[in-house]
Amino acid sequence: MLAASEGGFHKPSIEEFFPGALLFAGTPFEINRIMLIRLVMTVVVAGFFLIAMRRPKLVPRGVQNLGEYALDFVRIHIAEEVMGRDNGRRFLPLLTTFFFLVWACNLAGVIPLFNIAGSAVVGLPLVLSVVTYVVFNYAGIKSQGFGRYLKNQLIPTGVPVYMLPLVMPIELVSTFILRPFTLTVRLLANMMAGHLMLVLFFSATSFLLFEASALFKPVGVLSFAMGFVFTLFELLVQFLQAYIFTMLTAVYIDLAMHEH
Amino acid sequence: MNSQTVIAAEHNVLLPATYDIVWSTVCLVIIGLVFWKKVLPLFQKVLAERTEKIEGGIAKAEAAQAEAQRTLEQYRAQLAEARAEAARIRDDARAEGQRIVDEMREQAQAEANRIVAQGQAQLAAQKAQIVAELRADLGRVAVDLAGRVVGESLEDEARRRGTVDRFLDELDAVSAPAAK
Repeated sequence: MLAASEGGFHKPSIEEFFPGALLFAGTPFEINRIMLIRLVMTVVVAGFFLIAMRRPKLVPRGVQNLGEYALDFVRIHIAEEVMGRDNGRRFLPLLTTFFFLVWACNLAGVIPLFNIAGSAVVGLPLVLSVVTYVVFNYAGIKSQGFGRYLKNQLIPTGVPVYMLPLVMPIELVSTFILRPFTLTVRLLANMMAGHLMLVLFFSATSFLLFEASALFKPVGVLSFAMGFVFTLFELLVQFLQAYIFTMLTAVYIDLAMHEH
Repeated sequence: MNSQTVIAAEHNVLLPATYDIVWSTVCLVIIGLVFWKKVLPLFQKVLAERTEKIEGGIAKAEAAQAEAQRTLEQYRAQLAEARAEAARIRDDARAEGQRIVDEMREQAQAEANRIVAQGQAQLAAQKAQIVAELRADLGRVAVDLAGRVVGESLEDEARRRGTVDRFLDELDAVSAPAAK
């Protein structure tokens, strides 16, 4: 977008993710493009499901069908599959919220005019990871008690006693520090990388087709084709990352509630 | 571009700005409330209704099946009962018929016996009467004949009767073995 106005080849950079403020600059409520995209996607998701399930019928019709299909995906393939029927139902609101919020924000990365994922800035992945962290610890302590929960998390069954000094720190770090960190970074990095790739291909296309010498035009066409292919690939990645994020949240909560 | 480059030095992609956290939380809360308070309860309700409908339908079908089975068994029992009843009635009728035939035969036999006995009795009575009549006639004829032959009248009736009787007894004694 900047390439067109300023000319020359626009190199994708970290600055993509820190656009200028549109409203309330400098306050904790500052709104820039990406915050706006998040809010718009939030309204879209909330609006879609409110309309789809406005008056749910026993025999679903039209948009209710689509809504139920989407909700059933999370309910059956994430919640119930990972946690079983009862716990799945208990944590369904959380998992459903995560999945659709993440997926919608991810999708903005390929929606024309938005062109950047709402989850490509650290805030959203971080907030969701923190929620996951709080929830799985809370669920674990509530179902097993603090001492037993800690013991079950730090001492895997079947590990010989002399190995414990080595195993326990590893478990501690992996469970209580790496989990939220990897959860955040996996989503963030995927969305950032996807955006950078698309910017690279399309700004190259723009430069090669309209500004570089005629000799490079075929390369521009190739670049555009690559951009198109990567857009499709991004669609897959966006869905997959939403699925993985939600799935891992479910797995962490489930692991915390059971001895293993 | 220049001013942005200056700010860029402060940007770390892993450190969130306050507004970033704020708006992320806002989005999370909005979507969370919509799903938690509104969409999912409605969804669960419709799912439960659907399950109930399906299970209710199955229960109804099972009840109907059980009812049909029960009716069939009832019908079969009734049929077997009716057959047994018919057989019993047939047997009864046969026995009754046999009994009636036997009774009739007995009655007929008794009647025949009675008739025969009656006839024999009548015959015997007639015979006795005839014998008595003949005896009286024979006595008188014999006496008359004897009176005429010997010319004397036997006046003493009692004596005469005794003589005749004696004579007849003798005749009986003579003729009885011959008759048998």
